[in-house]
Amino acid sequence: MNTLYLEGNLAVDAETLVAGWRDEFPILSIRVRGQPLVYLDNAATTQKPRAVIDAVSRFYARDNANVHRGVHALSQRATDSFEAARARVQNFLHAATPAEIIFVRGATEAINLVAQSFARPLLVAGDEILVSAMEHHSNIVPWQQVCRQTGAVLKVVPINEAGEFVFSEYERLLGPRTRLVAVTHVSNALGSVTDIGRITALARARGVPVLVDGAQAIAHVPVDVRALDCDFYVFSGHKCFGPTGIGVLYGKRERLEAMPPWQAGGDMVRTVSFEATDYMPIPHRFEAGTPDISGAIGLGVALDFISAIGLPAIALHETRLLELASAGIERIPGIRIIGTAKRKAGILSFVMDGVHAHDVGSILDRAAIAIRTGHHCAMPAMQHFGLPGGTARASFAFYNTVEEVERFVDGVRQVYEIFQ
Amino acid sequence: MIRDVDDLYRGIILEHCKRPRNFRVPQRANRRACGENPLCGDHIDVYVCLERGVIRDIGFAGVSCAVARASASLMTEAVMGRDAAGGRTLLRKFEQMVGTSGIDPDPELGELHAFADVRAFPSRIQCALLPWDALSSVLLESPG
Repeated sequence: MNTLYLEGNLAVDAETLVAGWRDEFPILSIRVRGQPLVYLDNAATTQKPRAVIDAVSRFYARDNANVHRGVHALSQRATDSFEAARARVQNFLHAATPAEIIFVRGATEAINLVAQSFARPLLVAGDEILVSAMEHHSNIVPWQQVCRQTGAVLKVVPINEAGEFVFSEYERLLGPRTRLVAVTHVSNALGSVTDIGRITALARARGVPVLVDGAQAIAHVPVDVRALDCDFYVFSGHKCFGPTGIGVLYGKRERLEAMPPWQAGGDMVRTVSFEATDYMPIPHRFEAGTPDISGAIGLGVALDFISAIGLPAIALHETRLLELASAGIERIPGIRIIGTAKRKAGILSFVMDGVHAHDVGSILDRAAIAIRTGHHCAMPAMQHFGLPGGTARASFAFYNTVEEVERFVDGVRQVYEIFQ
Repeated sequence: MIRDVDDLYRGIILEHCKRPRNFRVPQRANRRACGENPLCGDHIDVYVCLERGVIRDIGFAGVSCAVARASASLMTEAVMGRDAAGGRTLLRKFEQMVGTSGIDPDPELGELHAFADVRAFPSRIQCALLPWDALSSVLLESPG
């Protein structure tokens, strides 16, 4: 019998529901190497629904003009659409005001902005920044850089064998010199979901601000920045069915208002003379130059798309896929799943005894199954598990089907048979 | 010569991956170089006993994927007994084969033909070249 998901008051057959979602993504019907594509690399980037592709295309076909500048009709339309996208992001994150939403290129740029504009002026030699052992390189390297610039020290909260954040160590490391905590909401390499509320509560008690890397969470886990009580939350549009090149920095108003501009240029200033320049208020102070207008519009549409399906239904379906895939590959000899946290998002990292992750990836690719192999830009996490060569990783989105999971499991079994 | 991409993990490459030849450090080795791929942590050490410009013995060690391991195994067999110039010629022909589509591999490559299939997996070309990179640094140091 098929699993039923609840949609409103109607019980809908899961396969029918997923087929409907899937139909909205043109790329999912293409063939690769003569076979239907099975796209299981959603943690690297997600595919785009027709609504997003059309919104970007429509902007260039009908509304294209620069924002916040012209008096003419098109400029007004472009500005309205751009600012409406900001409001959509605000609603999606449950932020207090659209001024707390800064458009950037992606999560990486958002973290660099906070490192340079918030952390750097604050830090003195001997101060500490806390990250976890399962961070993506983008939530490590910007902090290393600001540490080098200021003499501050990067401290690392360990993870346990399941790939879970170790709270006892966190409490021990959270000290009088801690100036910032920067942690991932969902680990891209392991799938672990971090209890952000608990992290911020402990930090708040000591007056320490918290940045959350939400790149892997945004399309899979409901995010309420006020309930999480984080100071900064960052994510990339392309990981939540939006375009590449657009992302978001959410910052609490009082934090952002106290921060100096990061990049300087047009659109972020009120008046300029050669003697003095008066900066714009937030969010524009942090958006120097012409922004990615179509990207922001596309992102707004992508978030609406997610909301229309609903994150609870998405989580239910992805959990089912993860469980089926995990149980399926665990039956294959020599498989070890890396990342066995109690709370996991739809990410399945694994290794096979005696078989290199790249060979797993190439053999699956032959069957038109796209997965990621390697260290997933989380080399310290891979070192923790003694896997410098990394893992093979399948990552799911709501448009993946049970049939695709079966093809994936068959593919992994074929890898085993080839190398047996 | 178009081959089925499936061949990459069948036949000779798989056979050399499972039972690599010259997977050892030759006792008389007097040259050593490492081929490394920092992206995946793979590394292959190539050990050569080079006497009067001739590869008298060659072996390898290290951790890598199947493609790099089989490539190292076949490479050691192919260059054993050649002089440095002959080794460099083979290296050039191998590089040309994996890097260029639509050409017939040079007959001199023999069993190394199997790696023509790697062209269907562009991200894996560097795996096939890993041991050859190490050999290249050994041979560059040697006149002749």
